[in-house]
Amino acid sequence: MTDVLVCVKRVPDASGEVVLTPDGSRVDGRYAGYTMSAHEECAVEIGVKVAEATGGAVTVLTLGDEDSVEQLRAALSVGAAEAVRVDADADAYGPADVAREIAAVVTTRAGAGKDYDLVLLGNDAADTGDFQVGIRLAYALDRPVVTGVQRLEVSEGTATMQVDNPEGTEIYEVALPAVATVLEGGVSPRYPSITGKIKAKKAPLETVEPSAAPAGSGRQALRVPPPPPTQVEILGEGPAAAPRLVEVLTQLGAGR
Amino acid sequence: MSAVVVLIEIEHDGDASRVSLVSREALTFARGLGDPVYALVLGPTSPGVVEDCREQGVAAIFECPDEELSAYSGAAWAVALGAVVDAAGDVAAVVAGGTAHGNEVLAHLAARRDLPMAANVVGLVGSEPFEVERQVVGGSAIERTLLAGGTPVVSVAGHAVDPEPAPTPGGAAVLPFSAPIEEKDLRARVVRSQTRDGGDTSGLTSARIIVGAGRGAGGPDGFESVDALAARLGGAVGVSRVVTSLGWRPHHEQVGQTGSRVSPDVYIACGISGSIQHWAGMSSSKTIIAVNTDAEAPMVTKANYAVVGDMHEVLPAVLEQLGPR
Amino acid sequence: MASVPEKARCVIIGAGIVGNSLAYHLAELGWTDIVQLDKGPLPNPGGSTGHASNFIFPVDHSREMTDITLESMRQYKELGVFTESGGFEVARTEERMEELRRRMSSAKAWGIEAELVDPDFVVEKVPFLDKDVIVGAFWTPSVGVVDSLRAGTIMRERAQEKGALTVVSNVEVTDLEVVDGRIAAVVTDAGRIEAETVVVCCGVWSPKIARMAGARIPLTPAVHQMISAGPYEVLADRPGEISFPIVRDMDTLCYERQHGSDMEVGSYAHRPILHDPEEIPSNEQAKLSPTEMPFTEEDFELQLEQALELMPELLGDERGTVRYAINGLLSQTADGFPILGETPEVKGLWSAAAIWIKEGPGTAKLVAEWMTHGNPSIDISHSDICRFYPHQRTRDHVRARTSEAFNKTYGIVHPGEQSESVRGVRLAPMHASQRDLGAVFYEAAGWERPHWYASNENLLEKFSDDQLMRREHEWDARWWSPIINAEHLQMREAGAVIDLSAFAIFDIVGPKALEAVQQICVAQMDVKVGRVVYTPVLDSRGGFRSDLTVMRLAHDQFRVVTGGAHGMVDKKWFADHLPQGAALVDVTSAYTTIGLWGPKARTVLESLTRADVSPQGFPFGTCREIEVGDLGVLASRISYVGEYGWELYVPMEAGAALWERLLKAGKEHGVIPAGIGVYATTGRIEKAYRAFGAELDAERTLSETGMRRKKYKDADFIGKDAILAQEGEEPKAVLCSLTVDDHTSASGVKRYMLGGEPLFTRDGTQLTDGHGHHPYVTSAGSAPSLGKHMLMAFLPPEQARVGTELAVSFMEELYPVTVVSADATAPFDPDNDRIKGK
Repeated sequence: MTDVLVCVKRVPDASGEVVLTPDGSRVDGRYAGYTMSAHEECAVEIGVKVAEATGGAVTVLTLGDEDSVEQLRAALSVGAAEAVRVDADADAYGPADVAREIAAVVTTRAGAGKDYDLVLLGNDAADTGDFQVGIRLAYALDRPVVTGVQRLEVSEGTATMQVDNPEGTEIYEVALPAVATVLEGGVSPRYPSITGKIKAKKAPLETVEPSAAPAGSGRQALRVPPPPPTQVEILGEGPAAAPRLVEVLTQLGAGR
Repeated sequence: MSAVVVLIEIEHDGDASRVSLVSREALTFARGLGDPVYALVLGPTSPGVVEDCREQGVAAIFECPDEELSAYSGAAWAVALGAVVDAAGDVAAVVAGGTAHGNEVLAHLAARRDLPMAANVVGLVGSEPFEVERQVVGGSAIERTLLAGGTPVVSVAGHAVDPEPAPTPGGAAVLPFSAPIEEKDLRARVVRSQTRDGGDTSGLTSARIIVGAGRGAGGPDGFESVDALAARLGGAVGVSRVVTSLGWRPHHEQVGQTGSRVSPDVYIACGISGSIQHWAGMSSSKTIIAVNTDAEAPMVTKANYAVVGDMHEVLPAVLEQLGPR
Repeated sequence: MASVPEKARCVIIGAGIVGNSLAYHLAELGWTDIVQLDKGPLPNPGGSTGHASNFIFPVDHSREMTDITLESMRQYKELGVFTESGGFEVARTEERMEELRRRMSSAKAWGIEAELVDPDFVVEKVPFLDKDVIVGAFWTPSVGVVDSLRAGTIMRERAQEKGALTVVSNVEVTDLEVVDGRIAAVVTDAGRIEAETVVVCCGVWSPKIARMAGARIPLTPAVHQMISAGPYEVLADRPGEISFPIVRDMDTLCYERQHGSDMEVGSYAHRPILHDPEEIPSNEQAKLSPTEMPFTEEDFELQLEQALELMPELLGDERGTVRYAINGLLSQTADGFPILGETPEVKGLWSAAAIWIKEGPGTAKLVAEWMTHGNPSIDISHSDICRFYPHQRTRDHVRARTSEAFNKTYGIVHPGEQSESVRGVRLAPMHASQRDLGAVFYEAAGWERPHWYASNENLLEKFSDDQLMRREHEWDARWWSPIINAEHLQMREAGAVIDLSAFAIFDIVGPKALEAVQQICVAQMDVKVGRVVYTPVLDSRGGFRSDLTVMRLAHDQFRVVTGGAHGMVDKKWFADHLPQGAALVDVTSAYTTIGLWGPKARTVLESLTRADVSPQGFPFGTCREIEVGDLGVLASRISYVGEYGWELYVPMEAGAALWERLLKAGKEHGVIPAGIGVYATTGRIEKAYRAFGAELDAERTLSETGMRRKKYKDADFIGKDAILAQEGEEPKAVLCSLTVDDHTSASGVKRYMLGGEPLFTRDGTQLTDGHGHHPYVTSAGSAPSLGKHMLMAFLPPEQARVGTELAVSFMEELYPVTVVSADATAPFDPDNDRIKGK
C-alpha cells in the first residue's frame, strides 16, 4: 500500500499571451485563468494510478493562499482523497522555502503515522521554472530523487520510472521512499466526473501554517520581451509554391 | 579573479564526440563570470572535446571516468561537480547548460550545499551583487533575480548566448580525478537506457534545420512527408504540444513551453497555428518558414516566409523539387 | 498581412451572428461596397456567438420578441442549420406551474404550438430525467438548436457571391473618425476606410467601439456559466448532434442541452458577474477565446448538485467527465432589450448590439430594413438606442439594473414589477409633498411617479366593493391597489390633481418650424397660436411612430409634449426630420406639468386665477398663459382621463408651489391627488384612449385603430401616401374594447387579467385576423366608473362588432368577455360631455 503526496502550485494559465499585473511584479491570470501546470496534472494522474494499484491514497498539497484551494479541489475531483494547504503567499517563497515546508508536512504526518512513500511534484513550476523544489525536498527528507519522469509504477516497494529525452529513454528503479518530479507526456490526465467534483467539495482539507518565514525567491523584476517585428513574405499558394520555397532553402544553405 | 566551474555535456556527431552546443554556450557565458574556467566531463574525453574546450578558453578539463558515473545519476554527478568546486578553490559560479541533466545536477549541488540557484539564465546583469536575467513562464517572460547567500549556481538557457571562441585559446589540460561517491548517491541511477534510433543523434535541441508539424498533420499517419523532408534536409522533426497530447508523436519531439527550446537556422512549421505554447519553444529560430492553409494564422504572420496551402500537398512537391539527397 | 479597402458605403464591425446576418440582409436589399471587419479570425472570431448554447425557445411574453425569434428560426431553417429537438421548461414548484400557465397564454396569443404536460410525458421523451423532482412542464415541440457559426458563414458567403461584400478578418478597429457630427471613417491597424455608414455589431465590445466615436451603447458584458460533460452512453446511443429535447430547469435557473454524446449544463443562477468592455482579453491573451473566461468553480457548485438531482443516472455516470467549463460572456442591457438604430450622438453610426442567437438573423433583417428605407417591418421601438435618458446610459445604471435582472432570466417576472436598484434619480419638484401624502412611487424613464397615494386609503370606505373591484388572487393584486380605483372614482365625482412631470417636452422653433411639424404630424398644424393639437405621428408606411400633442405657442414655436417612456425616441424622430431652418429645443427639464381634471376642476382653478376658465372662455383644445396668483402658468385644455380640466405647465422650480396651491384649493371640493394608476390605466381605458406601445406601434394603422380622419390635410406629411392608399381597404384587424363578464375561476376565485392574454370564441376556438395573428389583450385594467374590468384587443373584422361574445384565456382558464366598442367610441361618456364641461 503506497500513500502518495502530490505537490501542486496555482499558476496563471500561460497558454495565451502573457500579461503582467499593473505593478509588473507577477503574471496576471485574470484573462487566462489559473491552473496547475501540465506536469503537475500528470503527477496527480500518476499518483492516483499508483494509489489505485497499491491500495493506497493520494494527498494533494499546495503552498498558497485561499484561491489555491481551487487547484486542490481539481486534484480531489480526479481521485485525490484529501488535501493540505500551507497557508502562505507563494510569490514570497523561493524553491528552498517551498521544499522546507513540504518536508515539514511530510515529517509531521509521518510522526502521526501517515507515511508518504512516494512524493510527486511537477518537473518545474509553470510560472517560476526553478527546477529545484523536488531535489531540495529529496535532500531534506534524505530520499533518492528522479526528475523528468513520465511514467511510474510501484511494485513491492520499488518504483520503476521512465524518463524520455531527445537522446533516448532512461529507466530508473528506485526503492521507496522516494521523490520524483514529473514531466508531462507519459500519461493522460483524467478529467473529473460530475460526482467527482461534488465529492471534492466535501473532501477533507487541512490548512497549516508555514514552519518558518521564507528567505524569498530573489525575484527583482519581471518583463515580457516585445515580439520581434516581422514581415512575412508569402512565397505562393499550394504545391505551386514549391520551387520558390526550395529557392529560399537553398539561399539559406538548407537545401542541398 | 575567481574560477568558474562548468559541467559540460557531450554529443555524438557520427563517430566523433564534441562538446554539445548548449555546453559551448554555457562556456561562453561562464567566461564572463570569472577566470579561470574549469570544465567537468563525466565520461571519457576525446580529441574533439578537448579541441572544443581549448577553443572556448577552458583552462583545465576535469575528467571523471569512474565506473559508477558511467550511468547517469543526478546525485552522483553532483558529487563529482562538488569535488571539482572544492579543488578549484575560490569559485565565482558553477554553470551548466539548461538541459534536463544540467538543471538536475546543478539542483543537486545547490541542495546539498545550500547554494542559491537560477535556472535557464539568459544574461548576466552584474556580479556584485550577483544578478542574472532568466527565463520564466515557459520562456515567455524574463525575470531579473538576485542570487545571494552562497556561490551562485546557474544553468544557461539554450540559444540565449552565442557560443563564441575565447580571445585566447585555453590550455584545456585533461585532469582525471575520482569523485568521493557514496552508496546513497547512487540510489537513483539509470538502470537501462535506449538511444533513439534513426541515424543522426545530433538531437532536436542542436539541430540546424527542423521541420515542425502541428495539428495540420491530421493524425499519427500524417507525418510521412514531414519525416521525409527532415531526413532530406539533414534535420530533425519537432512537433507542437497538440500533437503529443493527442498521442500522435512522442513527447521528446515536442517543441514548446513544456517541451524543448530550439534555435535552428531554419524552422519549417507545417500545419502549426503558432500558439504561444509552441512559439515560446522556437521563436529564436533564425529563419522561420510557415506552411499553413490559414493565411491569418499567427505562425504565418510571424514567420519570415510562408506558403499558404495544405502541408500534405506542399511538402511532397517540395521533396520532388529538391530531388534525392 | 491583411489590408483594407480605402472606401466603403457601409462598414460592419463584427463577424458574429449579428454582423454576418446584417451583411447578408443589406446585400439582399441592394447594398454594395460593404466591408466587414473583425479583429479575430474566421469563422469564429471569439465573440459570444462562438460559445453560445445555440438553442431557441420561441415563446416570449413580448409579441415583438416572439415575432423576431420566429423570423430568425425561419431564416436558420432556410440556411439548413436548424435541428428541431423540442424543449421542456420544467417546474419543480406549483408557483412555477402558474408561471408556465402564463407562458401558455403567450404561446396561444402568438400562435406557437405548446402544451402543459405532466412528469410522465416529460420522462417519456427524456428518460434520464428523474420525474419525482418535477411537478410538470411546458412543452414546445418547435424548440431547436442552430449552428450559428455555420449560419453566419453561409450568410457572409452569399453576400460575397453577390459581389456586395468584402470581408477582412484579423483587423482591429482603433478609431472612428467623426466630422461635424457625422461618421467619416473607420481607422484600423491595417489602414483607414472612408465610410458613409458604420454599424457596430461587436457584442460585448460594442461600448468600447462606440466610445471611439463619442457615442454610447449601454450594455454590459455579463457572465453566464456553462459546462460540458461526457461522453455519456445514453446520449451517444442516439445518432446526431441532438436527439433529446432540451430541458430548462426553470426553478434552478439552469438548462441541460445535449451535444452529441455530451451534456451541456448552463446556469443563470449564480451571482451576477459583470465585466468591463474595456477589459476583455484579446484573442492572444485569452486561453480559449475572449468571451470564454476562466470558470469560477464556487459559483457553479449548487447548480452541479441540482443538475445531478434532475438527471441522476446520466450525470452521475462516472465515465462522463467535465471537459469544458467556462464563464461565458454575453451582452446584457438594463431593460433586457437589444440596442438598435442610429446613435443619437453620431449620424451614420448605427448600433446592432445586445442581440442573442435566437433573435440574431431576424433583428439583422429589421436593422437592414431600417437602414434602407427607415421602416423595420416589425415594431422594434422597445429596442431603439434612442430610448435611453442620460442617466440610463451611465455605467453604474447599466450594471445595477443588469445585476438585478440577471437572476430573472428564467425568473417569474410580474408584468408590473418594479426595479429596486438605482431608484430616486429623477424627482418631481413636488416630490416631498408626495412623500408626505404616502405616495407609492413607481419608476418610469427614471422619474419617481406616484402610482397611488396611501393618504387616499380613507376613500376605500366610501366606495363599494363592486366599484373597487378588489383582487383576491395574490398574483393579480401584485403591484396594484384598490386605492387606484378609489382615486379614479373620486376624480369622476369631484376631481384630481395629477403629477405629470415625466412628460418629455421639446419645442420646434425657427422660420421653418411650421413646415417641420406639418411634415411630421398627421393633423393640420397650421392652426392659430394657442391651439393644442392631438396627433399621431406615422412612418412612411403609415405605421405609428408616436401619438402626442403639439401646442402652437407662436407663429414659429410649437411645443411637443409626449410620454416620458417614449420621449427620447420621439425627440430623435423629430430631430431627424427637421428641414433647414427649424431647430429642436429640449425643455423637458425646464417645465413640469400638473393635471387638474374633474367636475370641480373649473371651480378649483377659478379660485386661483382671474382668467376665464369656463368652457366658453377657454375652449377645448386651446392653450394660453394664465396667472395663478403670482405664478405664470401655461394652461392647456385637453384631457387623457376624459374629464374637464387642464394640463398646467410651469417652470420646474415653481412646480411645488403650484402643486400646493391646487391641493389646498381642491381640498374643500373633494379634489384629491391621484396617481398614474388612474392616469395611465383606469382613466383612459374607460375612454378607449389608445396608448403608444400598447395599442399603437409601427405595425398598426390608423384604419385598424379606428383613428382614421374624415379628411386629411392638403399638406404633405410622412405616411400620407400610405394611409390614403389604405383608405379603400378593409382593415385586417380592428381595435376593440371589451368588458369581462364573469371573473370567477374554476376554483371560485375572481381573477383579473393583466394584459397579453389570448382571446378565443366562447367555446375556445382560435381566432385569426387578416395578418394571420391571433387576438390578444393589448391593455387591461379596471374601469371603476363602469364597474367592469376592461380589455382592449385587435380582433378579426368579423368579431369586431359591439355585442360580440368572446372569451379570454387567463392562466389556462376561459372567462367570458363582450365587445363594448368596435372603434374609438368611448365606453364611458361616449359623447364626451364631461370633457366639454356639460
